[in-house]
Amino acid sequence: MTANTEIFQLLPHLVIGVGIVLSVVIEISTKKSESILPWFTILIFVFAGAHSIINVYDYQILFGGMYAIGGVTAIFNFIFTIGAAIMVLNAVDYIKKSKMNFGEFYILVQSSVLGMMLMAGARDLFMIFIGLELMSICFYVLAGINRSRMGNTEAALKYFLLGAFATGFIVFGIALIYGTAKSTSIDQIVFAYEYFITDVLFLTGLALFVIGFLFKIAAFPFHMWVPDVYQGAATPVTGLMSTTGKAAAFSVLIIILSAVFTQNITNNFEILFAVIATLSMLYGSIVAIAQDNLKRMLAYSSIAHAGYMTIGLAAGNIESVSGIIFYLTAYAFMNLGAFGVIALIEGSNEENLDINSYSGLNSKSPILAGFMALFMFALAGIPPMAGFFGKYYVFVASIKADLTWLAIVGVFSSAISVYFYLRVVVYMYFKDSTSSIIIKNSFTGLLAVIISGLLVLVFGILPDTLFSIITSVLSY
Amino acid sequence: MNTIPMEYYLLISAFMFSVGVTGVLIRRNAIVVFMCIELMLNSANLALVTFSSFLGDPAGQVFVFFVMTVAAAEAAVGLAIIIAIFRNKLTVNIDEINIFKW
Repeated sequence: MTANTEIFQLLPHLVIGVGIVLSVVIEISTKKSESILPWFTILIFVFAGAHSIINVYDYQILFGGMYAIGGVTAIFNFIFTIGAAIMVLNAVDYIKKSKMNFGEFYILVQSSVLGMMLMAGARDLFMIFIGLELMSICFYVLAGINRSRMGNTEAALKYFLLGAFATGFIVFGIALIYGTAKSTSIDQIVFAYEYFITDVLFLTGLALFVIGFLFKIAAFPFHMWVPDVYQGAATPVTGLMSTTGKAAAFSVLIIILSAVFTQNITNNFEILFAVIATLSMLYGSIVAIAQDNLKRMLAYSSIAHAGYMTIGLAAGNIESVSGIIFYLTAYAFMNLGAFGVIALIEGSNEENLDINSYSGLNSKSPILAGFMALFMFALAGIPPMAGFFGKYYVFVASIKADLTWLAIVGVFSSAISVYFYLRVVVYMYFKDSTSSIIIKNSFTGLLAVIISGLLVLVFGILPDTLFSIITSVLSY
Repeated sequence: MNTIPMEYYLLISAFMFSVGVTGVLIRRNAIVVFMCIELMLNSANLALVTFSSFLGDPAGQVFVFFVMTVAAAEAAVGLAIIIAIFRNKLTVNIDEINIFKW
């Protein structure tokens, strides 16, 4: 393979990387950068996403085994770029409304997406670490982008301290893995996984690494930052962190444990993941019932969703990987849509986040109420929406792995979660308006909500379109 | 010359890591918590250099440079966040930074 084709294969990454530099130039050289940058950002994201999905069957390992493109990586890149494009579309009016219209916002979003793409394609522990930090550091800044607002800085501090704590675990885990496997290459680790796993030092390293990423996916014992950060950060930023950030962390867990998924090796972490999945699902669903702030409610629901996806990690077979990836795609678009509606209804000073602000929404804005109901049904996992099939595939995989009890707990927990999702719908349709909120018209915000709504419906009504692509690329 | 066995380095590194974790969990000043996180990263660096030296493989030492670079970037962002919160709240005690339920 010549060097030229290697560069061409990396076109999505190059476009975003050059885009970051160009965005900095645009930001410092013109006064109108705030009106150019969002469209420029969306353009490069859509290009990168389209390029990834067109080349999905073109699986290659580049740069001497450092980096993979195509296959599963391409599907993850699609989630990251299209998710971030929807988020930027939604944020255009939001950041004007809440007076934090800085050009850095878009540059940081681009950098974090580049970091996620590096994580999803990594075939070496170096690449995982660099991608993870590129994503995380941008997220710390994005969480506190409105630095004069107390809630924003508080969210940034909590996210930063807990995120850096998790990084410490990950780096120490990498050190121990490197010491016992004598290599940082994932292929090397996967190749001799069965032999290494008997070494207690390797097992400790892998456990520390996995714990670090359980922080990033917000699973139960490592969830304490989630509600505060999701509530405190700006709404579109929360949407990005909870969907694409979670997908990126899951992509690394899938890569590092790929020996378990593809070679039928005993899953040493089965019990750990099963317990964490159970606790996350039940804790997230039960505590979310008591929340009146919608962002906080969605934060607890995000813990529960991390639990459903962790079922797939516990099951540890190839079906569970495709289940997790489908779930992540579905979750990305339904959650981005839900946060998109919240961002539209939110006032200029972080008000109207309470569930009472949603009472009688149907009479004020039937479109927004309709889409919010769609996303709530999808998150609850009601059949024609994408969320149902995400849960379905993961549960089927866990039954195949003889973890039927885990699937039963999952169904039980989704039954609990229907209560707080439908509560929003009941407020919107069957309660009279108590507050006099004024919804500012935002064409781009509405467009973002409509696009995510359509994607949720498409993946829900025709789940095979995506699922067949995922299963066929997983056979590589 | 007698070389120090690898276990000694690893025990020191594990000890430093434990001190860092304990510090993050019990200290309440944001800057001290941040210093404990740096201690965790440095204990990992020590382990990496040890393995690299005893395996005769330079990759671990290269990785240490990446970790140090990233730690510097993280320190820049972290201290900026701590300054921003100090301007709003005039404290860096993480127990007093609680407008949300922690």
